[in-house]
This record gives sequence, C-alpha cells and structure tokens, in this order.
Amino acid sequence: MKSVTVQKSENSMSAKQTTSHKIRLGVDIGGTFTDVVIETPSGRNSTKVLTTYGAPEDAILQGMRQVCEKANVVPSDISQIIHGTTLATNALIERRGAKTALITTKGFRDVIEMRTESRFEQYDLNLALPDPLLPRNRRYVVDERCDATGKILRPLKIKEVEALADHLAQANYESIAVGLLHSYVNDEHERMIADILAKKCPNAMISLSCDVSPQMREYERFNTTIANAYIKPLMKSYLSRLKDRLANEGADCPVFLMHSGGGIMSLDSAAEFPVRLVESGPAGGAIFAADIAGRHKIDKVLSFDMGGTTAKICLIQNQTPKTARVFEVARTYRFKKGSGMPISIPVIDMVEIGAGGGSLAHVDSMKQIRVGPESAGSEPGPACYGRGGQNPAVTDADLLLGKLDPDNFAGGSIPLHSAQSKAAFKTHIGDKLAMDEREAAWGVAEVVDETMANAARVHAVENGEDLSEYTMIAFGGAAPLHAARLCEKLGISKCLIPSGAGVGSAIGFLRAPFSFESNRSVFMKLSQFGSEQFNSEKVAALFAEMTQEATAFVRSCDSQAEIKADYKVYMRYSGQGWEIPVALTKQQAEKPDAKTLLSLFEADYKKLFARTVEGMEVEVTVWSVNAFTDVPAASPVMPLHDTHLISSDKTTDLLDPATGHMTKAQIVKRSAMDVGGYVAGPAIIVEDETSVIVPPSGHIINQQDGTLIMGISSSSVTDKKE
Amino acid sequence: MTKHISKVAYQVMWNRLISVVEEQAQALIRTAFSTSVREAGDLSAGVYNQQGLMLAQAVTGTPGHVNAMADAVGHFIRRIGYDAMKQGDVYITNDPWEGTGHKHDITIVTPSFHDGKLIGFFACTAHVTDIGGRGFGADANDVHEEGLYIPIMKFISAGVPDQTLLALIRGNVREPQQLVGDIYALATCNDIGHRRLMTMMTEFGLSDLEGVSDFILSHSRDATLEKINALAKGTASGHMRIDGYDQPIDLHVTLTIEKDRIISDWQGTSGIDKKGINVPLVYTKAYACYALKCAIAPEIPNNAASLAPFEITAPENSIVNAIFPAPVALRHVIGHMVPDAVYDALDKLLPDIVPAEGAGCLCNFQVSLRPRTDAPAPQDAVRSEVLTFNSGGSGARPTLDGMNATAFPSGVMTMPVEATEQVGPVVIWRKELRPNSGGAGKYRGGLGQYMDVGPREGHECDISAMFDRVDHPARGRRGGQAGLPTELVRSDGVKMKGKGKQFLPHGTVAQMSFPGGAGYGDPNERDQGDIRRDLALGYITADHAKQNYDITDEEIKQVLDAAQKGEV
Repeated sequence: MKSVTVQKSENSMSAKQTTSHKIRLGVDIGGTFTDVVIETPSGRNSTKVLTTYGAPEDAILQGMRQVCEKANVVPSDISQIIHGTTLATNALIERRGAKTALITTKGFRDVIEMRTESRFEQYDLNLALPDPLLPRNRRYVVDERCDATGKILRPLKIKEVEALADHLAQANYESIAVGLLHSYVNDEHERMIADILAKKCPNAMISLSCDVSPQMREYERFNTTIANAYIKPLMKSYLSRLKDRLANEGADCPVFLMHSGGGIMSLDSAAEFPVRLVESGPAGGAIFAADIAGRHKIDKVLSFDMGGTTAKICLIQNQTPKTARVFEVARTYRFKKGSGMPISIPVIDMVEIGAGGGSLAHVDSMKQIRVGPESAGSEPGPACYGRGGQNPAVTDADLLLGKLDPDNFAGGSIPLHSAQSKAAFKTHIGDKLAMDEREAAWGVAEVVDETMANAARVHAVENGEDLSEYTMIAFGGAAPLHAARLCEKLGISKCLIPSGAGVGSAIGFLRAPFSFESNRSVFMKLSQFGSEQFNSEKVAALFAEMTQEATAFVRSCDSQAEIKADYKVYMRYSGQGWEIPVALTKQQAEKPDAKTLLSLFEADYKKLFARTVEGMEVEVTVWSVNAFTDVPAASPVMPLHDTHLISSDKTTDLLDPATGHMTKAQIVKRSAMDVGGYVAGPAIIVEDETSVIVPPSGHIINQQDGTLIMGISSSSVTDKKE
Repeated sequence: MTKHISKVAYQVMWNRLISVVEEQAQALIRTAFSTSVREAGDLSAGVYNQQGLMLAQAVTGTPGHVNAMADAVGHFIRRIGYDAMKQGDVYITNDPWEGTGHKHDITIVTPSFHDGKLIGFFACTAHVTDIGGRGFGADANDVHEEGLYIPIMKFISAGVPDQTLLALIRGNVREPQQLVGDIYALATCNDIGHRRLMTMMTEFGLSDLEGVSDFILSHSRDATLEKINALAKGTASGHMRIDGYDQPIDLHVTLTIEKDRIISDWQGTSGIDKKGINVPLVYTKAYACYALKCAIAPEIPNNAASLAPFEITAPENSIVNAIFPAPVALRHVIGHMVPDAVYDALDKLLPDIVPAEGAGCLCNFQVSLRPRTDAPAPQDAVRSEVLTFNSGGSGARPTLDGMNATAFPSGVMTMPVEATEQVGPVVIWRKELRPNSGGAGKYRGGLGQYMDVGPREGHECDISAMFDRVDHPARGRRGGQAGLPTELVRSDGVKMKGKGKQFLPHGTVAQMSFPGGAGYGDPNERDQGDIRRDLALGYITADHAKQNYDITDEEIKQVLDAAQKGEV
C-alpha cells in the first residue's frame, strides 16, 4: 500500500560515538541569539552570540569556538552536534522560500487559499486574510481522482503530466509539491507524478503529500507539503553548507537536527523533510524541562517559558511532553487562532501567548487594561530602558512593583529608569483609570499573569488535567518574575527554577532521543473489526509497517542502539469531529482487538469529558507509531539532608499582587545561595539574567544541582484549607 | 459578606469570565456530534447574573445567537420561576421564539448555586443535525412540520434526567443517539463553566456576582453609549430585494441614530412566506445588532448592557418578525441578508465604513443519498445524509477588496472535502474559486466559488438547496459593479432552483456557482497593479479585464505571459 524511501545517512556511524568520553555540542538559533552549549566529562559551558541572518552558520562557528575555549577542548574533539533552528519557521513567516509549484487534483486548485472559508476575527470589517504560501498561478492541476476509499475514479493521464512537467522545467521551478485528493489512502498517482518529475525536472526538489503528511484533511496536508517544498532548497543548502563549514573547523562529527516532535533526526532526513524543523527551538525548551523533571522525579509538570515577546506553556507527564498532530505557524493577527497556516506534523503541544517582558499595555474603551501582543521589542524597548519607549511594558510594571533592581538589570549592563516607567504608567494607564502608578502597574501585572493563567487553564481542561496536581518548571528571561503569581492563580504549590535557564533549549537538544513518528489516516469503525478489511492481522500489519518505517529513520541516526516504539490510535464516536489519542502497549498493537480498543477509548473519553455516550459507534481515524532510542536515564538529584536559613540585610519594597499591599522583601544573590540554602519570602533572588520573585507566603531552597525549588501556598489553596 | 474588592480584581474577573465562556464553547465543539457544531462552529455559550442578564458570551461562528442567547435566560426564569429552581437542575428548549430562532437549535440553561444560593446561570446553544419532522430544509408549511417541539422545561431535575422527555425525543428524531449525545454535551459544557465560576468566587471571596456584574455592565454600557453618542444623529432608510422561495422579498429598514440608542425599524418589509424561510424577530435583531456593532463598536464584548442600546421594531408577521406558527427552519437565509440591508441605510449616515453587498447567506446544501433505484444497486450501496457549509464572496470594503469564498456575516467554517466524502457516498468533483464573480470596482468584490457534487457510483440522491442571490446578485457601492449571481444546473442540462429539495439521478452532477461579492468605488480608479495581479492570478479573465478596466490587449498579454511562467 505504501512505500517510503528511506535514505541511508552517510554519517550514521562514527567511531567517536562509541568513545566513552563524549563531548557534545547543542546549538539553538533563535530570532535574536544563537545559543551554544558544550558538555564535556568535566561539565557544561555555554555562550550566547548574536544570530547572523545572512549566514547563520557564522554565529554557530563563533559560538563553538567560544565554548570550546571555555571547556578547553578543540572542535575536533566534539563527537556529536545537535542543532535546532528557527530558520525554517522564519522562512515561512517572512516568505523567503524557493520558487515552488503545486500539482493538485483538478477542481481543487484553491484549497490553500480558501482555507476554512471563515474569518478568524468576527467583528473586524477590514479583516485581511493571510496570503497563501503559493500564489494561484503557481498552482497547477491534473485530471485525476480517487474516492474516499482509495478507489480510482479518474485515472491519471501520463501525457498530461509529462506536458505539465515540461512546462514546470521551462519555468525554472526550484521545488515542486504534489498534493492529490485522498492520497493518504492511495498514493499511486502522487508516486507516478514523482517519477515523471524526476525525469523531466531533474533540478527541482520534489515533496509528496503522501510522504510529508499522510493525513486526511486536504487543507492541512496540502499546506504542510507546500511548506516543506517551499523551504526545502533553502534548508538543504544551509544544512550542507553548515556541515562543510563545521568540518573545515575540524568538527567533522555527525550533525543531527532537533525536530518539532521533541526528538532528533539525521541531517539527511531533515533536508528531505525540513518542515519537521519548524518550532524545534521551543521543543528543545520542553525537553529541557522534561529532563529537569526526570532529575527531580516529578511526574506532572507545567513548563512555563516566558521571554521578551511571548510565553509558552506545555504539559509534561512522566518526563514526556504532550504531543499533537497539527499546529499553526505564522499567525498574522494578534496571535489569533486561524490567522496563520496549519502544519500537520508530529509536534510538542505548546500554547503560545503574546505576553512577554516587552509586551505593551493600554486601556481600551471599556476602561479595561489590555496587555500585548504588541511588543516594545529590544528597540526602543520598555520605557525604563530610556531609549525613547513611551508606552508602559510588562518590564516597566515589574520595575515599579519592586521586582527588578534598576541598577543590576542584565548584570548591570542596562540601567533602568523608574521615572520613565512612572511617566508611561501615569499617562497611559493611571490617569485613565484614576489609579496611581503603582496600582496601575499592579493592574498590568495582574492582567498579564491572568492572561497566561487562563491559557494554561484552558489547555489543562482540554487535556482533562487538574493543574493543582502539577509542578511548574520556569525558564526564560521573564518567567521567574511571574512564575510565583502564576502558581498562586493556578493553585500550583511548587515551582522549579533550573540553572542555565537562559540557554534551556540548547541544553534540551542534548537530552533528546533519536525519534521519528509515523502517522496514517485509515478509517476503521470498531463494528467492522473482524471483517476481511479490518481484523487483528490487518491492523497488526499496519502497525508493523509503520513501525518499520519509523524505525528506519531512527536507525539512520544510530546504527546500534535499541529502538523502542510507542503506539497510539486516535479515536472518536462516529459523527464527532474531534479525535482523542489513546495509547496502546506493544502487546496491544501486536495483537489488537476491538474490545480492548473500546475499553481504552471509553476510559480516556470519560477522563476528558466526564461521561461516555451509550449506543454510539466508535471509530479509529489515525494510527501512529513513534520510534525512539532511550536517552540515558537522567542522573537523579540527591535529596537534601538538611537546609539552612539564608537571610540578607538588603531589602526592597515589593508588592504582593495577591493582596495589593507592599512588603519588605530581602534581596539575595543566587550565587550566594549554597546547596541547602533556604530563603523565606518575601524575597528576590537576583542573578545576571533575571530575578526570582518569592512571594510572602513562599520560600525557596537551592538544590544539589543548582535548581531552586520554590514552595507557594496559593490563595485558593489557603481558602480550601479554611 | 463579600469582602472589599479592588479595581484590579474586577479587571481580572472580567477577563476570567470571558475565558470561562470560551472554554465552555471549546468543550462543546469537542464533544458534540452534529457536524454543524463540531466542524462549523454553529454554537454559542454564555454566563448570566442572577437576574438573567448576560455578562459574557463566547465569540463563536454565529452572530445569530448573540441576542437570542442574551434574551433566552429571561424566558427560562419567567417560565420556570425562581422558586422551582433547584441545585442540580438543567433546563432545555428548542422554541424558535424563546430560544434561537428555529427548532434545530437546542438551548440548555443551568442555574448556578453557590452556598445554596442561586447566583447566576450558564446557557449554551447548538445546531443539531436532525429534530424530526420533514428534515432540515425550506419545505414545511408551518412550524409543526419542522420537527419535535420542546417547550421550556426541566431536562434534569435536581440531578435526575427526565426519562420520559428523553424517550419522547428518541422516538421523534432520525438520529436519536446523536441528539441525546448532543444534549448531554450541552449540559456538560454548562457544568464546566459552573465549576470554573465557583473557583473564581472562592479565589476572590465572592458570595454573589453583583459587584462584578455591575462592573462589567456599567463599563460596557458607558463604552457603547460613548461610541453611539459620538455619531451624528439622523435617520436613513435602506432596501434590498432578494430571491425568497417562490417570490422576491423586499427588506426595508429605517435606521435612527439618537442619543443613547440606535433603532432599526423594518416597516415596509415583505410579509411572511408560505415556506420555512421566515425569521423570528430575535434572530433579525441579532444580525441587525451584529452589523451595527461591527461598524460602530467592534471591540466591545457582547453582554446585556452592550447590546441594549441597539433596538429593533418590525411589523408582526413581516418576514423578519414571523410569529407562531410560521415555518422558520431556514431563518438563516434571510437572517444572513439582514446586515447588507442595514448597511444600505447605515452607509447614508456613516459613509466610508461599511462594505458593499456580499453573497450574504451561506451556500449550504444537504444531500440525501440512497442506493440507485433506476437499475439494480450494488450490494454495498448505503443511505446517508451529508450537510455542507460553503461561502460565496464578501463585499469589497472602502479601502480593501472583498474576501474570496469567505462568509460574512456568518463566521462558520467549511468542512474538508476529504472529511465530507468519508461521511457518505458523495463525490465533490470541484470546489474552487469562481473567476470574474467578484464585482469590479476601485476595490473588487470577493470571488464566489464553484462546487460540483454528485452521488458516488451505485447511488442517487436528493439535494436540498438553501441558496439565494439567484435573481438578485450583490449590488455595488459608490460605482462598484454587482457580483455574479448564483447559478445552478444539473450536468444533464436540467435547470435547478435556489431553494428546496431536488433530485439528482445516478450518474448526474449538480454544477453550482456560488455568488461573488460586489465591488466598491469606480472601476476606473482601480490601482493598475491590482488589476494586473488579479489577471495574473486568474481572479479575472482577459475579457473581464478589458470590459471593466482600463487595460490594453498588449498589457494583458504581457501579464498573462509572465503569469504562465510562474512569475508574480
């Protein structure tokens, strides 16, 4: 039914991989900074260098030299490089891809332009819809058609395809996407077209929808395939350039890529399916949090990553981040759902909120405070930077509330001006709401924290989870300033602030397994189970075929390690449009039966929606296999035997947002907290990159690994006890 | 006693309530069975204070539910009475006049108790696939033919579901399990809202919703009145003629902007139709209000206070104020046209704000498939009902082109063709943009779309059409041209009607061209770059370009040659 060409990676084996003294390099190219982390048997070193847009590999080499020097090694000592990048995402957002054509089924030329035919903002008469990735004149059709069961209704005409291929070659298309209706069931026509294109358009790169994203729903599948084709020439050339440049520096070790699903894949797979690199940076952050969770033996974690413009939230259970099959990138309208484009690939399920340190606040016509998604950016930056920013940003609120030390922001490199913050708050918030600057700043901080808390609550409910059972792991520049209040709002009583949080994603890359997930849309009603079409053998064979496919990808990264697999089916009541993931054990996937599937589905459905529905047919829509290697177990952090009180004479006024009252908070340097050091709230733990706020009801203890663990008794928790 | 609440806390609580209703709506989308809810977003959810005043409502795909939902809880309080309301109760109705306009919408209301005291309500509404009767379509002669009627009553009484009611419902509809599943999904959605509200009350130490309710309503009222009072006072009339079922319908509206309110009066509008396209007033009010809010106060969220200044009057038994027992199943067809009629008047009072006319109503149709009867049908032939939602083009705006194949005023989503074809033995042969259908203008109307639909091999079907703008295409504004009308034909040449059930024999295909939006402003003023782009992308053909715009044959050839090479 399906055949997938798996390319053998030339860098699959290396003697260096087997040496016991592994030196590994993690590289995360972000929008502003390129983070480089090196781990050697003697420890970890990291650096941040400015991203070099023209040739991103320049920043990598610069960073590599810096960390090598710090670690006292040379590039040729490195045994493995793991790389994640926003380049793929940025190319989609900035529309910097190749000249790309789409070949699709006649009658469906406009699928990616018609989208869902709806408006993502109901009340805006001047709404502008996002442009499709390919303009209409680059979208071509062929007369062919399959039905929903895979039966061919109109056979493909070879002559027609050949003529089209000649035309595309003449027009010098660099990349061609092929997406035909129902190709997730029957890929025959797409492969026939690929064969013809290979002959007629030898210079163009080809992406087939049955390979890139074999899932039902044409808009998502076509768009994903086009996105892959669109960035393929760019990413392929970047990746091969990078490999050469690294080799020239002596780092001729294998290079692997972080993918959106939270695992790593070979350079060749990445060049073939570059769309899987989208969102790889944030995925690294989630893996970083998962690793910390493992070391501290915490099963239920809410990771909270807040930077300058956005905050990201992810649920992590048993050290495994939640995943999804589709997500949206390049949102064009206030981070609004539907204003971007769908990408259907396995991805770590993250909620992104337009709220960060630079997010700007204003008062709307209802006299309500609004924060974000507009951001002050780094230029002019928040008003307190004194670089001409006039509008109050979240960082300004943090400053006025006492959370930031104006003389020691970013290690003292950026002096903060409270007067400017005050003026901004007075003009834009305070005067409009009859509040003084401090109350206005309190309002802004509360609104931004509430916005993030609401997003976290909705995400938890959608996953049938109760956040009061969760522990938060906070990282990113602004997260430790807001984590405690967020915990209070969510009823979370424990929060971890790991060290090295500023380069969390790059560290996360070094903790990720080799992995590859295969998904198939094959409809099966449970009542059909046992028929000729669907029975235990057929389903087991489908799983086996997918396992083989996914395993082959992982094998191309690591020729020896044991490869394991997770099995999932997506199920729903017939008639519903929303499937829920149901996990199967290896035994259940090898010997599937309808009764087990039904009982697993009902248990999960009940957990999510409180009740099952009597008498309704149940069906499977998508089958999924994730193949992965085991990551060496995280070395557990030894529990503390005892703690000792640390206190500081240095204090500052800090607002307690739960009550609105000012408190005297002690200021303690993070570097002054030794292992077992205990600081009672209210307190501010300061470090170069950020400050950790400990509320009056909380305390914080430094652990063996330098992680700070904060205990918080939230207001709702207190109320419950009363 | 409620403790002192800070201004900041009220800000946070308003945010929280809006998040609660959005979450309520999401829960419904994920648990509902009806295609219309889960794929298209045809639902609504809201939270109310103890008096039944709406405090927040989820922004979903259907403006038609806005005012209807705002009014519904008042009807429940009146019918059931505070004294009879107990903790654990859930109430239900599908009354078109006290719910949301037709029997296919089920409304569920749940009272919220805190420490044994009734402090508010949650309500939600969803469009269900079937409610019995003739099935979803325009063909009924009165409301009794349109399906089972559920008056306002208790569905769950102190935690115990009414089994008699459930048995009656099951016995009267075509998909009983689905419908009962949907009713429970609605009840669950209110439960989720209630639980979140209780957490909020504990967190802020509230004993009732009075304080937060006053805060929300007074700020919303002030903001809305400020917007209205900033407008020039005046009166203007608008008119639009549309197809109707058998005979054209005239929509007449007079808008009056006064201090503190805007009144839309529908005097002069056609009387009720014999067929099920009549509109209960509450639904007309919803779309009139939606149109005005988009133009005047788009950022103010919907609640009792922000909706109140938009008033409506219409003669009884005009088509926009149909009273019992008029058939109303397809009230959306006329309802979706209400904004364009309102804008015809508003444009005279507030120039340069509103768009030109668009496709208006959604281009929906239901296909009833069965094994072919003209010859032996194959063994595996089946019966199936398939409902689809599709959009024509929207009207051009004062500074922007109209949107291609994008609904306005409705905001519901279309279904993927691959998903529709999984539902039943139907083949959608074509679903793509319709060139030249957007009216020419300084700003072009949005393009409509083509859809070709037929039964799969071995089957035949009926297609229930719910289209308008066959005889009355969208009209342009300020010199903009009209959009192309709806055109319907069977592949064997038989002409099709815009409304009602029609037969598609085995082997035939319904070839449907959905309407485009109208243009805005003089086509001669259109930007040359925009004309060339439209031509290059095939939004307009060479002939259309030559007819409507100032462009030479040579220029056309140049553009088309470049486009052919994939240049943009």
